[in-house]
Formats: sequence, C-alpha cells, structure tokens
Amino acid sequence: MKKLFTWGFAFAAFISQPAFAQQDTTDLMSLLGEDEPIIMTTATFKSTRIIQGQSIESVAAGDMDFRISHRFGTFNSGIHKLAGLDAASMRLGFEYGVTDRLMVGIGRSNVNEEVDIFGKYKILKQMDSGPKKMPITVSYFGSVVMRGTEWADKERTNYFTSRLYYCNQLLIARKFNDQLSIQLSPTHVHRNIVATSDIPHDVFALGVGGRYKLSKRIAVNAEYFDVLTPGLASNTTNSLSLGIDWETGGHVFQLHVTNSSSMNEKGFITETTGNWGKGDIQFGFNISRIFTIKKPKELVLLD
Amino acid sequence: MKKQILVAALMTTSFMGFSQKYFTRTGYLSMFSKTGMEDIKASNENVTYIVDWTTGDIQVSALQTNFKFEKAFMQEHYNENYMESTKFPKATFKGKIENVSSVNIKKDGTYTAKISGTMELHGVAKPYSTTATFKVAGGHVAADAKFNVKCSDHNVKIEERFKNNISDSIEIKAKADLTELKK
Repeated sequence: MKKLFTWGFAFAAFISQPAFAQQDTTDLMSLLGEDEPIIMTTATFKSTRIIQGQSIESVAAGDMDFRISHRFGTFNSGIHKLAGLDAASMRLGFEYGVTDRLMVGIGRSNVNEEVDIFGKYKILKQMDSGPKKMPITVSYFGSVVMRGTEWADKERTNYFTSRLYYCNQLLIARKFNDQLSIQLSPTHVHRNIVATSDIPHDVFALGVGGRYKLSKRIAVNAEYFDVLTPGLASNTTNSLSLGIDWETGGHVFQLHVTNSSSMNEKGFITETTGNWGKGDIQFGFNISRIFTIKKPKELVLLD
Repeated sequence: MKKQILVAALMTTSFMGFSQKYFTRTGYLSMFSKTGMEDIKASNENVTYIVDWTTGDIQVSALQTNFKFEKAFMQEHYNENYMESTKFPKATFKGKIENVSSVNIKKDGTYTAKISGTMELHGVAKPYSTTATFKVAGGHVAADAKFNVKCSDHNVKIEERFKNNISDSIEIKAKADLTELKK
C-alpha cells in the first residue's frame, strides 16, 4: 500500500509538472500580474500659446523659447495700407523653462510700449493610464504688465504703480485624443488705473480654446475670451482668433486671424476693440524658436 | 522502499528546478541612431523581462513613453510623430532561447545562446534573432544582447527632410539583471 502511494505520488509529480510548464509558455508576462502602466499625457498643445492666450504647456526645463509675434493692421484698412500689412504691432519675448513645471518670461510690445513679466506653473498633469488617474492638466499663469507711454495727464500726481496691470489665470485643459484638446481659462485682470471712475478696475473673463490636429505637424486652433464683467469702455469687444499651428524641427509657426492687436493678456482680453462683423480682422503670426540654454545631462548608454 | 522515495523525491525536485523562471521589471533597453548630422540616443530603464529556463521561453515588454531622450522635443516627437504611443503603447518580444539547456543557471559562469522570436513594434510584428550572453553569478543572471531594428520594417515613417538626422537602422542594446520569480 505504502509502495503504491509512493509511486502514485511520483507519477502525480511527473504529470503535474509538465502541465504547469505548458501553461506558462502561453504568456509568461501574465505571471507577473501586469500593472496598468503610468502614461503621462504630453503635447496637449503644440506651443505655450493657443493663439493669443496661454496654453497649459510650458517650455521644457533648460530651454529658452525666443518668440516673435506680429499682428498686422485690419483687413478693412484699405488698399493704401495694403489691407493692413503696412502696420504691425509686435512683441518680442524670451521665455525660459526653469523646471518642467515652471516657466518664466519677459516680453516687450510696441503697442503702448509695454513690458510684460510672467510666470506659469503646472499644478496638475493629465494621466489617463496609471494608478492615480487625472483627467485634466491645470496650470496657473500670473503676469505683470508695465505700460511705458507718457502719462495721459502730466499735471496730476502720477505714481509708478499706475503703469501696472496684473493678470491671474487658471488654465484647465484636457487632451481628449491625439487630435482634440480643449482648454478653459478663467481669467482675472486688475488695472491700477482706468480712464474714468465708472470703469471697473477688476475684470473677469472666461477663455475657451481648442486645437484639432489635421496631420502630425499641422493643427487648427480657435480661441475666444468672453468678458464677464460689465462696464468696460463701450467700444470693447471680446477677443476671437482662428489659427493654424505648423511645426517643424525646433520651430512652431502659428498663423492666425484675430480681432485683437495686443499680445499680452490684459491687452487682448480687456482692450480689444476690433469687430469681426465690421471686418476689423487682422492677420498675425507667432514664431517660436527653442534654444537649449542649460544642456540636459548627457544620456550615457550602457555598453 | 527507500529507492522509490528517492525516485519520487528526485522527480519532484528536478521538475521544480525545471520550471524555474527569472525576471526583472527594471531591465534596460537603449536606442542609438547615428547619421552624419547627429547622434540620437534614448534609454528605458523600466523594461520587463521574463525567462523560463525549462522551455527557453523569453518575453520582453517595454513602454514607449518610458524611453528618455536628451531633449524634451525629441521624446515628444518620438511618441507623437513616430511611434504613435497612444495607439501602440508597448514594444514586445516573444521568443525562445534555442539552446537553453546549455545555460546552467545553477552554476556560475558565462554562457552564450541564440535567441529568436517575434518583436511587435508600432503595430508591426517581425521575426528577429540574435546572440545573447548570460552571466550567472550568485543567483543573478545578467542577460545582454544587441541587434538592429529598421524603422522602415515597422512602418515608422521618417520624413524626407529628417532622413539626414534620423537613421533608418537603429542599434538596440538589451540588458537585464534577472532574479528568480518566487511563486
């Protein structure tokens, strides 16, 4: 009996083991119990701007983004001004990635001789796959603009702070798929000085922007800022822009039509006067060129 | 009686020994593209490797987004424009160590073996084979292999104007420090 048991055990061991081995050959990976991989969403937008306004994207750490932005005159300015191409408002900007979440920038616009200084910080990053999912990317943007023109009234006591404007924005975006990304941008602008006492110092607005990729390197964009605070100067309009992003190696070209000529937030959100219906539409472009300032540490491949 | 027990014990232990599997989740893969214009390098240090020494089965799985490049925009272009990583998040290899019996994982030493199998990359499966070395030391097996992948074989399209910057033939190095999978 004992003998039979022993042989039985041996036989069981013999047949059971290969059966195990066979099962394993089908998919070894399944033995490891696969975790859902962590995949961060990247490239929600091609550039740090959707068109006029900021996107949630920031410049990579150690990179300098040199930006040249132009807005020509309005199409309806007539043949003598070559449908607006004679006039141009422009902004030159140097924008730097301090970390992968934080970027800072400085820019100079010829309209009102304005200098803008800003910072943008990525608070949340969209993650569609992984243990902690996050449906949206959220960035905070804050800027100070200094107007450089001569005082409107030289007789009164003019304070330096009267030259300053502030902007706070929360940028909330989701990349729905490889093609479509949508962003909401609740915005607050504070003006230290306004033309008359019945014009509000604080202006709230909601920006809506989106992009749709047509091919790997070309996308169409649209952007609209709805001013929510009543009582702005009567000729003020909401900023509406339509554009194309065209990406080559280290450049992104953004071509667009817009009714805003300013290229800083307080400008295009609270001071736009162009009316699409009347043909106050301007052709504009942003050119972005990325330079590597701080060399990333060299990737050393193992032998 | 003693004899039978010995036979049973031997059979059981030998088969248990046979079903030994080694693995790692922090294996390594690197890519190297060389052209007259520039060298492009990337590495991934979170690659899963698993080997069954009984059957010689070997499997590798790498997440595309885990490949790190020197420049952020290269990594973005790799995932967005070339590998289409949201559509094809992983590169996988399923194959066999052909002369697996010549690798004695119980005995320290260096062994070479031929591996052949199928790699699925960018949604295209292709047969590959290479020679690998296995260094057995103190319960660890250090695996090492090298081979080349052609972008054109896997339907990875490089635009005409970038052909001087990105080579069609990419050198791949694979490294893994395998330890026993205890189940």
